[in-house]
Amino acid sequence: MDFVNAIILLLNYIFVPALAYGSQLALGAIFVTLIYGILRFANFATGDMMSFGTMFTILFTWYLQSVGIGLGFLPTALIAIPFAIIFMVGYMLLIDKFVFKYYRVSKSPPVQLAMVSIGVMFVTQAVVRIIIGPSDRRFFDGEKFLIKAGEFKEMTGLNEGLAIKSTQVITVIVTLVLVSTLFWFLNKTKTGKSMRAYSDNEDLALLSGIDPKKIVMITWIIAGILATIGGALYGLDKSFKPFTYFNNMLPIFAAAIVGGIGNPFGAFLGGYVIAFSEILLTYAYRKFFMYVLPESMEPGGLVQLLSTDYKFAVSFSILVIVLLYRPSGIFKGKVL
Amino acid sequence: MRKNLNVIAAYSIMMGLIILVGIFQSWNIALSIFNLCLISAVMTMGANIQWGYAGLINFGIMGYTALGGLAAVLISVNPVQEAWSAGGSNILFSLFLIIGMVLAVKYVLKKYEKTKKRTYIIATIIILGIIIIRFVSEPGIEAIEEVDPAKTGFLGGLGLPIIFSWIVGALFAGGLAFVIGKVALGLRADYLAIATLLISEIVIAIIKHEDWLTRGVKNVIGLKRPAPYEVNLQQTDWFINLVERFNSSKLSLISDYSERQTALNQLVIEGSSVFVKLCYSGLFLFVVIILLILTQKALYSPWGRMMRAIRDNEEAANAMGKNVVKQHLLIFVLGSAIVGIAGAMLVTQDGLFTPGSYRPMRYTFLIWVMVIVGGSGNNFGAILGGFVVWFLWIESAPIGLYLVNLTTAGLDDTHFLKVHLIESVPYFRFLMMGAGLLLIMRYRPKGILPEKIEIK
Repeated sequence: MDFVNAIILLLNYIFVPALAYGSQLALGAIFVTLIYGILRFANFATGDMMSFGTMFTILFTWYLQSVGIGLGFLPTALIAIPFAIIFMVGYMLLIDKFVFKYYRVSKSPPVQLAMVSIGVMFVTQAVVRIIIGPSDRRFFDGEKFLIKAGEFKEMTGLNEGLAIKSTQVITVIVTLVLVSTLFWFLNKTKTGKSMRAYSDNEDLALLSGIDPKKIVMITWIIAGILATIGGALYGLDKSFKPFTYFNNMLPIFAAAIVGGIGNPFGAFLGGYVIAFSEILLTYAYRKFFMYVLPESMEPGGLVQLLSTDYKFAVSFSILVIVLLYRPSGIFKGKVL
Repeated sequence: MRKNLNVIAAYSIMMGLIILVGIFQSWNIALSIFNLCLISAVMTMGANIQWGYAGLINFGIMGYTALGGLAAVLISVNPVQEAWSAGGSNILFSLFLIIGMVLAVKYVLKKYEKTKKRTYIIATIIILGIIIIRFVSEPGIEAIEEVDPAKTGFLGGLGLPIIFSWIVGALFAGGLAFVIGKVALGLRADYLAIATLLISEIVIAIIKHEDWLTRGVKNVIGLKRPAPYEVNLQQTDWFINLVERFNSSKLSLISDYSERQTALNQLVIEGSSVFVKLCYSGLFLFVVIILLILTQKALYSPWGRMMRAIRDNEEAANAMGKNVVKQHLLIFVLGSAIVGIAGAMLVTQDGLFTPGSYRPMRYTFLIWVMVIVGGSGNNFGAILGGFVVWFLWIESAPIGLYLVNLTTAGLDDTHFLKVHLIESVPYFRFLMMGAGLLLIMRYRPKGILPEKIEIK
């Protein structure tokens, strides 16, 4: 019985939250990796683009709530996301037309494009803060828990409860659907294949008649979809605050690089690697050992490898280690 | 003279703007802008050495700034004796352990060939070391943090004059840069950017959460000053006389004695803070000028020519027998050290150390905007960038307010749009910075004062 309790404990405090957080990171990481693979620069505006998409989701959610449209036990934001995506994609294409296109056409070095993305970051951040303000926003409605800790305890008669938030389930399901659609698109459709070809060898792709304008446009559209959904899911699960989104850029970068930048599948797994290692290394295992070990061997302290203050530091350290030992990422192999 | 005309013109306009602020707003504001412009100028010089001279991209400026600030605390605060006796020995022992761990790793690196086995050995040493250090240091840290947590709760510093911290800050930052450079400089440009950005976040995390060393988010306040205190100035005779002489014409207009006395008091209070700021300006200006002379000399020296050669064509420079790796490391350390000085100067001026205030927007990306806008590779350009961008950063709120009032003039004062826009005026600075950066990068990619190299 104690063993089952220990497992439930780990599921509740490590596995479920890490799975949800990892999915949110994974979407962002695929976004970074796509931009890097096809447009060939590190996009420092990632976090703020995600907050931009989330802002639209929130605005539409508020509107829908005010006219009384909802989904019952599901959050209203799910209806709002498609509308937000339309605006977000528009914004992305606009930025590309007025900012990035010039540098792409004149074949500037990637560093210059990264600098330009910092300019975009400043502007996007300002627009978000001017429109919706810098404060914390919660826009979740509907049923909060799928399984409540108390109910679970009653049902199974265990000491430990397992709470699953509905946002966590939604996050994981949406991520899986989205990512599998994306991989299907990249691997099976003609456009997707030409995107991979373009990312692999630009000159050869151009030679074989692939239209670069179309590739770039589709990349921005996919990026807009990923950014909006990733951001909205994070906001639903936790809360929306522009500053947090800006900070999330860092673990997202870590995930993309750990998975091998330019490789979407690597980025997808990288998200989970980062999320799990962050939570595994900062969790206090005291209670777990209390269940597993006999009473005489119970640990005195918290049995915590690192204090939770260093959550971000964990992912960055992983990144630094990966960069030093395998700069091409853990899952190297074919690019895009 | 003629060829430097644009430099002189740009700087005159900048000084004119600051003087205008002095006349229309107040000299206090003008001087505080000027002081922070000088500090920003030091930071941009550091970044410019790395980016402009050598093409190294360093997004870790925030980390070095914070380390400089930490140096200011560790140098100037008086040591907390009780904390030292409570947990000092544990901390010192842990320090020895860390040194031992580093030496052990170095030994393994030297002794064994590059194999999987070596990697595992190193990993074991590090993990075991961290666990042992945690066991040793934890009781010490707890004991230290329990010593009067409302006031101290940390080890304190050396109790020396704070001005020394400017050098120590440079050493700290340089040391960190040496370690980072050793491991990360081989990376490609954009990877290096990301790696340095993340490492600087780690540095901030450590400074924020190691309360025994830095007091963490509880902040260290009331640091010693290199300049006199306003309160003392207001009671010294020579200062009051000085203020009286400066304002004699204004004061002589007031006939009533008591009224004249209150007016004088008011002027003395205002004057004292201006005087203190002037003291800081003098100190900072001294640093900026020294650094400017050194960096200019370096730029035109054979070493500077070599750096530019490495920047423009690494392979060719390598083929000519220049040690690219070593030079990159050197310049990375030098640039970071200069940023460290700026960090210490900043804390010296503020008189307080607030780890929570170190954010990448303000201390990394804004500095980069300064370098790019001013003109990378040109020291005068980088300094000008520091001035222009900081000036706009501060003055964008009033400008934004003015623009909002202008565009919404037709609306009622309580109209929701107007209220909302006025509330969000502080964020116009981000918009301005971003738009400025994008415009400069598009239409004047070399900055306001572009790099100009003449062979003398």
